[in-house]
Amino acid sequence: MTETPAEPRRLRVLAAMSGGVDSAVAAARAAEAGHDVTGVHLALSANPQSFRTGARGCCTIEDSRDARRAADVIGIPFYVWDLAERFREDVVEDFIAEYEAGRTPNPCLRCNEKIKFSALLDKALALGFDAVATGHYAQVITREDGTRELHRASDMAKDQSYVLGVLDDKQLAHALFPLGDTVTTKDEIRAEAERRGLAVAKKPDSHDICFIADGDTQGFLAGRLGKAEGDIVDESGEKVGTHEGAYGFTIGQRKGLRIGRPAPDGKPRYVLDISPVNNTVTVGPVDALDVTALTAIKPRWCGTAPVGEGRYTAQLRAHGDETPVTAELVDGELRVTFDEAVRGVAPGQAVVLYDGTRVVGSATIATTTRATATV
Amino acid sequence: MAYLDHAATTPMLPEAIEAMTAQLQVVGNASALHAAGRQARRTVEEARETLAEALGARPSEVVFTSGGTEADNLAVKGLYWARRDADPARTRVLSSPVEHHAVLDAVHWLAEHEGATVEYLPVDAYGRVHPEALREAIGRNPDDVALATVMWANNEIGTVLPVRELADVAAEFGVPLHSDAVQAFGQLDVGFAASGLAAMTVSSHKIGGPYGIGALLLGRDQSPVPVLHGGGQERQVRSGTLDVPAAAAFAVAARSAVEHRERFAEEIGGLRDALIDAVREAVPDAILGGDPEHRLPANAHFTFPGCEGDSLLLLLDAQGISCSTGSACTAGIAQPSHVLLATGTDPDLARGTLRFSLGHTSTRADIDELAKAIGPAVERARAAGLS
Repeated sequence: MTETPAEPRRLRVLAAMSGGVDSAVAAARAAEAGHDVTGVHLALSANPQSFRTGARGCCTIEDSRDARRAADVIGIPFYVWDLAERFREDVVEDFIAEYEAGRTPNPCLRCNEKIKFSALLDKALALGFDAVATGHYAQVITREDGTRELHRASDMAKDQSYVLGVLDDKQLAHALFPLGDTVTTKDEIRAEAERRGLAVAKKPDSHDICFIADGDTQGFLAGRLGKAEGDIVDESGEKVGTHEGAYGFTIGQRKGLRIGRPAPDGKPRYVLDISPVNNTVTVGPVDALDVTALTAIKPRWCGTAPVGEGRYTAQLRAHGDETPVTAELVDGELRVTFDEAVRGVAPGQAVVLYDGTRVVGSATIATTTRATATV
Repeated sequence: MAYLDHAATTPMLPEAIEAMTAQLQVVGNASALHAAGRQARRTVEEARETLAEALGARPSEVVFTSGGTEADNLAVKGLYWARRDADPARTRVLSSPVEHHAVLDAVHWLAEHEGATVEYLPVDAYGRVHPEALREAIGRNPDDVALATVMWANNEIGTVLPVRELADVAAEFGVPLHSDAVQAFGQLDVGFAASGLAAMTVSSHKIGGPYGIGALLLGRDQSPVPVLHGGGQERQVRSGTLDVPAAAAFAVAARSAVEHRERFAEEIGGLRDALIDAVREAVPDAILGGDPEHRLPANAHFTFPGCEGDSLLLLLDAQGISCSTGSACTAGIAQPSHVLLATGTDPDLARGTLRFSLGHTSTRADIDELAKAIGPAVERARAAGLS
């Protein structure tokens, strides 16, 4: 966070500590900045032992202990809060329902919106805290008029503002990202953790979805939704293969289709569309993935909603590039037109709009317009 | 700073620290035959005699362990194995649902791995087991009971259980009764011989002795199968080199606890009553847990409706007040206390509990600090709600 001179205030800060190196260093920096910091580890699984037994992720007893050890070294109180039920309802069930509906959700955004900066923040505020700090790489800049803006991290390579794009101004007003305003490589963060005596310095990164133990999303979904065999068809509607559940696919996916015979033109085929109603997956050539425009629903603005048509850059995935767009809010629905067609856009994903480094807002992709046909 | 968690652990008595540090400077394995070993053995045996005297037992009935948990495990598992080995029909274990996890998890383990049938005796709203309930349970088939185990006083809600009456019933049927007296020791008269118990657990760090040592008081006719095998120390029941400095210090603390018990109980009871009054005045709808009369003099347990115990703990901790939610922790995740659930408390209510426990360093100033902080903390925790 960037503090203007007018804001050297000592805050009561609740630092969300996953047990990883980023959130540990974030908590340490907040404490060093003079804030009154309390660490909290979110127990997001009703049964941590069975939920995830690997060393990575955010749901193990080991992670909880790592977080506690870090808090002890920093010298701050530490608690474990059980938000498993909220997490199950708002993130895990939503994740499953979205896939079941043929969409591709991002559970990390959902968790930031509904858990870290809602359930956790609400409780923190009620208990007398001023802010929630996390180890995300993003910046909150306070303007002279007191309004707060979310910006990309100084270090673009580490930027995580995309997964925070769902935060509204009320949430941002109480968010602290102590890692966002320094250009820091992961190695430097690890070195800093080492220097601070934090044992998590050498802990491996977590990458995949924290509630899917082995990273096998398809297996997880199959376990929850059951097998539902259906057809894989090409653009003409001709059956080219079968699948064991349309929910297991993502638009733009190429691997794992297991189609016996090659396409007539010999080129690889990609998932173009998932239709849960008739349990059909449509495949076709890569060109057919080109999207020229999209509509997105449930917009959330980091500040006031923009009026009229505007020029922005858009990001469509957590680690995706940004691309120039024209966007307009029409009857609560965001309409985005790309300057140049983009590939691999799936309903359910979030589109985050930027004005320079500033996050303008986000919305959930509902429909896309293909260069070749509308799906 | 107000330390109100003496039931978790209490500061060591200066005389215990002195005894321990003196012994830490002396070499000697109590099992060795040379002069240094003899000196160590003498220290240990004197500690055993002191402890036996303090607990109304014979020295040979004192088995040193690493603490309360080990003593509970040795009693529950060891007596179960011994009784079942003597008669394979004896597989029934009688216990109560309000036991400490050192007993609960041990009997649970016997059920999972050793073919035991565990029966939890009913408790009333205060967590008391009635002698008639034990009589009924044993009476159904006295021949298949391996042992019974019922705590002397509850560590969360402070209720004192009628252990002597229970021991009488068990003795009628020839069933060994074990009791975890970790919380009772130092606050109640827990004379072993007079209790009629077959085995009794005590712990050192709850009475001003060091961590890492406790004892199982074990009737001379009881021969539990060991949990720890090795050098055959402690009547062949508990192998392992004896911790001479800890045993010496434990004995000093035990002697002091028993010597001062009556006055301590009276004084600390008065302070505890003041604490209860102060909490009730600040939070009129706070519910006092446990038996209002038959309770540990140093224990006060409250349920605060609409609050999460964890939230209260955090808020009080931030003001330098240390207490406990009194509930079991799994990876630090608060679960509604099994004790409260067993006494018929609504699960939502059971999430909002705090245990305040006093000890030899407690003062009126501690109560005043809590009196000032508890009202606003409850208000705030209520606003945060039950998430």
